[in-house]
Amino acid sequence: MENIEQRVKKIVAEQLGVPETDVKNESSFVNDLGADSLDTVELVMALEEEFECEIPDEEAEKITTVQQAIDYVSGNLDK
Amino acid sequence: MYARIVGTGSYLPEKILTNAELATRIDTSDEWIATRTGIRARHIAADEQKTSDMALVAVERALEAAGTAREEIDLLIVATTTPDNIFPSTACLLQEKLGVHGFPAFDVQAVCAGFVYALATANAMIQSGVAKCAVVVGAEKLTNLIDWNDRTTCVLFGDGAGAVVLRASDEPGILATQLQADGRYSSILKADGRVKQGSIDGSPYIHMEGSAVFKFAVRALAEVAEKTIAAAGLQQSDVDWLVPHQANLRIIESTAKHLGLPMEQVIVTVDRHGNTSAASIPLALDAGVRDGRIKPGQTVLLEGIGGGFAWGSALFKL
Repeated sequence: MENIEQRVKKIVAEQLGVPETDVKNESSFVNDLGADSLDTVELVMALEEEFECEIPDEEAEKITTVQQAIDYVSGNLDK
Repeated sequence: MYARIVGTGSYLPEKILTNAELATRIDTSDEWIATRTGIRARHIAADEQKTSDMALVAVERALEAAGTAREEIDLLIVATTTPDNIFPSTACLLQEKLGVHGFPAFDVQAVCAGFVYALATANAMIQSGVAKCAVVVGAEKLTNLIDWNDRTTCVLFGDGAGAVVLRASDEPGILATQLQADGRYSSILKADGRVKQGSIDGSPYIHMEGSAVFKFAVRALAEVAEKTIAAAGLQQSDVDWLVPHQANLRIIESTAKHLGLPMEQVIVTVDRHGNTSAASIPLALDAGVRDGRIKPGQTVLLEGIGGGFAWGSALFKL
């Protein structure tokens, strides 16, 4: 079983169409990985499906980097 | 008893407004609009041209394609968010322009889902024996509701009309329809103005929370498409063509992917028409039928979603 960090990075790479090696913890979706506003919506939806959770819009807006996505999923998965 | 689509027709206003022209008026670019929406150009109705004028041409073309005389029509439903008047309904005004009278004529308001709502209604009326030859129209002069200074919405919309002729038949036919609505999402896509004592109270322009609409639309459309296919007792692989509401290419791509349909089996007109609300599905259907891609006997899935939220889907054999 892959850990959360690996799963998040895989989804980010798939959704944004970038090599997994480019997806660093500190990468910003918009500034580093070339995402636009709809890409980030699709990314949040993919995370919701992968981790079977619902990320409210006001929380989703705060997720702008790979690390923030990992932190959100890690912090909300076990609740 | 089935309701069969026996003819399609459409109309687009002459004037074409390209992204490049829009970029000279507001802070935007062809690249920005195209990558986010897939839209390159849209048609704009002339000042004096009304929704019913565009609807009339679309209906005349659909009747001609169907080989149906206007005297045979016994039901007329117009889906529109931009009626000519507060009242009478655009359907009644269109009936007058068609020069045939007496049969029921009414408007349906479900914004971008309007055509699917109207088609499902006509289908039910034919199946129940109330009507035998129905004309269903989606027609919009959506540019009436556009704030040309709002660069997040004014690039999205266009004008036009599309129509189908439905006949009662023993041959299929519309196989299944699904309609849904959820008023809890009414605030993310709206034009909340109303005429009150001679002035407009609220906003007469389209307001949209793009990201929220995108997310809702992608999920709702995938779900309703699946339900409709299941209701007809078919599989996703039985669908030959998807004719989606043309709002945004990325919503269309996402829906197609969910259904396992390659984009070669999806009719896309959003690049040339923009979002024409209730008119977009019949416009795209007519484009696909007239250029020979959609053939008799094939299975076609329609789906639309709009403010309300209201959404729905219809599956038929041409």
